[in-house]
Amino acid sequence: MSVALGAEAPQFDLPGVDGQNHSLDSYGDAEALVLIQSCNHCPYVQAWENRMSAIARDYADRGVHVVAVNSNDAEHYPADSFEEMRARAAARKFAFDYLYDEPQAIAGALGAERTPEVFVFDRDRRLVYHGAIDDSRDETAVRQQYLRDALDAVLSGEDPAVAETPPVGCTVKWK
Amino acid sequence: MKIELLYWRECPSYPEAQQLLEEVLAAHGIDRPVEVREVTSEEEAARERFPGSPTIRIDGRDIDPAGASQPPALTCRIYYLPDGRVSPVPSRDQLEEALT
Repeated sequence: MSVALGAEAPQFDLPGVDGQNHSLDSYGDAEALVLIQSCNHCPYVQAWENRMSAIARDYADRGVHVVAVNSNDAEHYPADSFEEMRARAAARKFAFDYLYDEPQAIAGALGAERTPEVFVFDRDRRLVYHGAIDDSRDETAVRQQYLRDALDAVLSGEDPAVAETPPVGCTVKWK
Repeated sequence: MKIELLYWRECPSYPEAQQLLEEVLAAHGIDRPVEVREVTSEEEAARERFPGSPTIRIDGRDIDPAGASQPPALTCRIYYLPDGRVSPVPSRDQLEEALT
């Protein structure tokens, strides 16, 4: 079961595809922190990842950090190894940080079940939105921009009108 | 004509794929049952040559021969739409091409 709205962001210190380690504290200046449980191999993630980059770019100058975290078992899903993460991030020119959670600690702490699955934390690092990026894996059929709407609300000092939606995607691959 | 749909429960795409398949069958006036089978283990995936969910075969031939060559796995299968976008279900065009 995923963490409840209002819960504190979990602590982490994880390697990123940029060669740096990233911790919760390293995003301390963010007006909002978006953690997206993600991976390489899942077609749902692949269908959404351009939108993840677009959101990261569009909100960067408003103090939003978008961070994708891959916690999948790379032994059974080798496409989700750290090496493959680096390759995909470079090939797809990801505009967001992409971290490897080999111990599966973040996925466990968030109670994440799907990829992609979004967790938005406000300035005080309290969970204010959890769920899907938008309402369709098909970018031509999107009608509801859940994540963008949530960020607009948070940046205006308000609670998102829609705070929870069902994430749609592959399951997190536990060891 | 034998029509098979193999799926893995942890991947949520199979109901959409089944609905699309049945729509295409109806549109082509093909009144044949779809044999729906769940794949539950890596051993079964290997035995069934199951490269991911959903997998659809017409008379034993995968509707996406390129994707069928992937190693057997309990995973969501990747399909490519005509415009190059990734999808967890095949396109209507792929299904129609396989049936004609």
